[in-house]
Amino acid sequence: MPSTEHIGWFADIGLQDRPHVGGKGGSLGELQRAGIAVPPGFVVKTAAFEKFIEFVERSGPVRARVEALDADDLEAVTQCSKELRARVEAAELPPALLDEISAAYRALGGASPVAVRSSATTEDAADASFAGLQDTYLWVTDLKQTVARVRSCWASLYSVESVTYRRKRAMPEAGVAMAVVVQKMVNARTAGVMFTRSPITGDRSVMTIEGAWGLGSAVVGGEVTPDRWVVGKITGDVSVREVSEKLIQHVPAPGGGTRTDPVPEDQRRAPCLSDEELQALRTVGRQVERHYGRPQDIEWAVERDTNQILLLQSRPETVWSAKESAPVARPAEDPLAHVMSIFGGKR
Amino acid sequence: MTTEAKGFPLPSSLKVVPGTEAAQAAYPYTIQFGPGDDERFWFYNSMHFPEPMSAFDMVTAEAAYCALGSSNTRVHCLPTTLGIDHRIINGRVYIGGNAVTDPKEIARRTDEFQKRAFYYYANWERLYEQWKGKMMQLIRDAQALPKPELPEFEPLEHVHAGRGVASNHYLLETYQKTLEGYFRMWHHHFEFLLLGYGAYLTFFGFCKKAFPEITDQTIARMVAGIEAEIFRPDDEVRRLARCAVELGVDAKFQEGVSANDIIKSLENAGQPGKDWLEELAVSRDPWFNINVGDGFYHYHRAWNDDLSMPFAGLPDYIRRVKAGESLDRPIEKLRAERWELIKDYRELLNTDEDRAAYDQMITLAHRVFPYVEGHKFYCEHWYTNLFFNKIREFGGLLAQHGFFGDAEDVFHLTRYELDLAIADLMTSWSNGSPPRGPERWPRIVAERKAAIAKWAKHETPPALGPVPDVIDDPAIVMLWGITRESLNTWLAAESGGPTNEVRGFAASSGVVEGPARVVKSVEEISRLKKGDILVCQVTNPTWAPIFQKIAGAVSDIGGSMSHAAIVAREYGLPAVVGTGNATAKIKDGQRIRVDGGRGVVTILQ
Repeated sequence: MPSTEHIGWFADIGLQDRPHVGGKGGSLGELQRAGIAVPPGFVVKTAAFEKFIEFVERSGPVRARVEALDADDLEAVTQCSKELRARVEAAELPPALLDEISAAYRALGGASPVAVRSSATTEDAADASFAGLQDTYLWVTDLKQTVARVRSCWASLYSVESVTYRRKRAMPEAGVAMAVVVQKMVNARTAGVMFTRSPITGDRSVMTIEGAWGLGSAVVGGEVTPDRWVVGKITGDVSVREVSEKLIQHVPAPGGGTRTDPVPEDQRRAPCLSDEELQALRTVGRQVERHYGRPQDIEWAVERDTNQILLLQSRPETVWSAKESAPVARPAEDPLAHVMSIFGGKR
Repeated sequence: MTTEAKGFPLPSSLKVVPGTEAAQAAYPYTIQFGPGDDERFWFYNSMHFPEPMSAFDMVTAEAAYCALGSSNTRVHCLPTTLGIDHRIINGRVYIGGNAVTDPKEIARRTDEFQKRAFYYYANWERLYEQWKGKMMQLIRDAQALPKPELPEFEPLEHVHAGRGVASNHYLLETYQKTLEGYFRMWHHHFEFLLLGYGAYLTFFGFCKKAFPEITDQTIARMVAGIEAEIFRPDDEVRRLARCAVELGVDAKFQEGVSANDIIKSLENAGQPGKDWLEELAVSRDPWFNINVGDGFYHYHRAWNDDLSMPFAGLPDYIRRVKAGESLDRPIEKLRAERWELIKDYRELLNTDEDRAAYDQMITLAHRVFPYVEGHKFYCEHWYTNLFFNKIREFGGLLAQHGFFGDAEDVFHLTRYELDLAIADLMTSWSNGSPPRGPERWPRIVAERKAAIAKWAKHETPPALGPVPDVIDDPAIVMLWGITRESLNTWLAAESGGPTNEVRGFAASSGVVEGPARVVKSVEEISRLKKGDILVCQVTNPTWAPIFQKIAGAVSDIGGSMSHAAIVAREYGLPAVVGTGNATAKIKDGQRIRVDGGRGVVTILQ
């Protein structure tokens, strides 16, 4: 199924499409194009949001209301946010747009559950500060719910935090849009995160992999102490292996959404990844880092039935990258002078 | 961090094991612990001297520290350190560094150092070529020394030639030349060593800063040579295995048949048998001049003197050749992998300046490394074997004249006592009177043998005296891998720590479980069976043929650059080295797990 003005399939989009597909969508497209396995999906592009919001505004202004707000008047912001979110969540989609999304949903696989995730178009730093505010809905089981969750993502643009953020910077509402990722859900046996450098020392020659049983939300949300490995990026040597006691896991709930289950006794202290899987993750992590040319912060999952490794997200690592400063050593006019670091004392 | 109140025992608190006082007193006064030694920090050099030292073998410590010290103190003028003092108690060699701390003196020595060491670095290849020439000459000189003999009458041809000097004089000359050569060899040994390690550690230090979590073994792999001399003896055994199959004499090599019996059966196996024996002769000279230890003990015999070690590896290698396996080390592949590793790490550096500095440092490390890896074969193996064998010949002559029962007993005399015994024999041969030695030495030799047996069972502390705040002595850090952190580990081990765990340097990654075979001396090597985990005081690369049998290796002493670590990596064998106390903590036969990537050994039962 071809991409359109409103729908962008992962295979057709990349980072340069961020203004239309958002950071998350662009990154997933970029990964797929780089040959890395991601759960299949599409992006409901910003143009769709614009069509939608114009449609909503037929029954009264939305964007003008936001622009009229004073960022410091929390009460007014709260009141307005509540009202606008409710309107957005309840509004009908323009019929043509609804048809397009429905067709894409069916093309993705129809009955199988999806994740619906907001994909903001703002720049890196702002993106980071939005990270916790934007919404991800897991295990959405039918078309009606999917469309509802797409609206929920759009509505999140009108949360108190988002509105306050934009008003403080006097950002024009005309440029504000939200893309939404709709992606096949991975029934993860194990999931977690991977940094392609050490979060502790910033060392770029190692990767830190953290994972736990079930869906990745338990790790990302901090509800379980994950197993942790430090793996040499180049050598594959595993220098740290910490297997923790994993008491709970997130699993898909029968009627949609997820639920928290206890981990069976015999799996609690068992490592959630095999050595082969660790090495496979290392290979994928290296590939992604090479592709982007910078260290990455990656979310991954291992599919329960096929044991396939899939990436759910990859974004540039920001903490250490911002710190990078002086070289460890500078070339010396006389290369022999370096040995004084050993023989010169005061180490 | 609070300073540990706890230190190591003071030298003065160590007691000579009862009943061994006379044997202890036989060591020269210069190396007995004395007043003032309590003020200093000492550690047990179990890396080089893991077993109690017999009286004669102490010549190695004396000659080595004499040469190391002159190189550091007077020749290259290392800015922050002089030489290393050594002491002996209960047969155990303790050593202590001699740091330079006065900034003015350091500055003065730095000037000198740069004039000297930098010249060596700049002219390394030429000087190393010259070194090999000197070393080979020294080896030839040692080989040319006559066997000490005393004929009843001076040979007629000597008389007719007007030699004018009798045979007994040549005992003195040969003994003195033998000793002189050994002391000289140790000067050669240290001519480049500290500079070589220093250049390597410069690169090592850079990597640790740029990649704080890089493992020592990875850095070692970037620098280590692919065709170092240390691999050659084992390569030769593999070659001989192939020859045996090609010549169709492989059936002669069965487990449990002695090397001598195999050779005898080959002598009677027609032309193919003779051809194989010729190939053996090719391998033996020089590559079987490698000994089964580090060359520091007279009983670390060379493969050439005891073929059981190389022959022990043959049946397995032959089996593998017949199974179609190539025993060749894939040199080109290993070389390509090494460059790949260097390139991949280079790519991860943050700045072009870092990359330029990295290139400078690894270039120097590669330049010095052939010496660091290669010198051992010529010095600790080849030359040391010649030396001990020559002394053994004197032992034979003295035994023949009743000084003691067995040629090997000679090693229970100090080098000074041996000089005396030789003088005794020279004189008595001249005079026609019986020598005095036979009344004196047998009792003393028996006493010293008994002392060594007692000392071997006696645990000795890993270190003595106050713990220094920092260890800034490049020699100690480089050669023994001793740092403030490793001392803390030792202190923790002294006071207990988790009882089922032993920690050391991660030397070669991989995880393996198996029965521990605690081998306290070289003679016990034959107890190792397939799948065993070798637990020893110091691992040795010349044990290479048994590395194909074992599943993993653990040692008390050694860093990730020890040759053992290199060979373990080569064999893809998990290894943890420098644990400090594995041989004390792990009992023979216990099931253990070796995690060579983390440097942890776990006792499972």
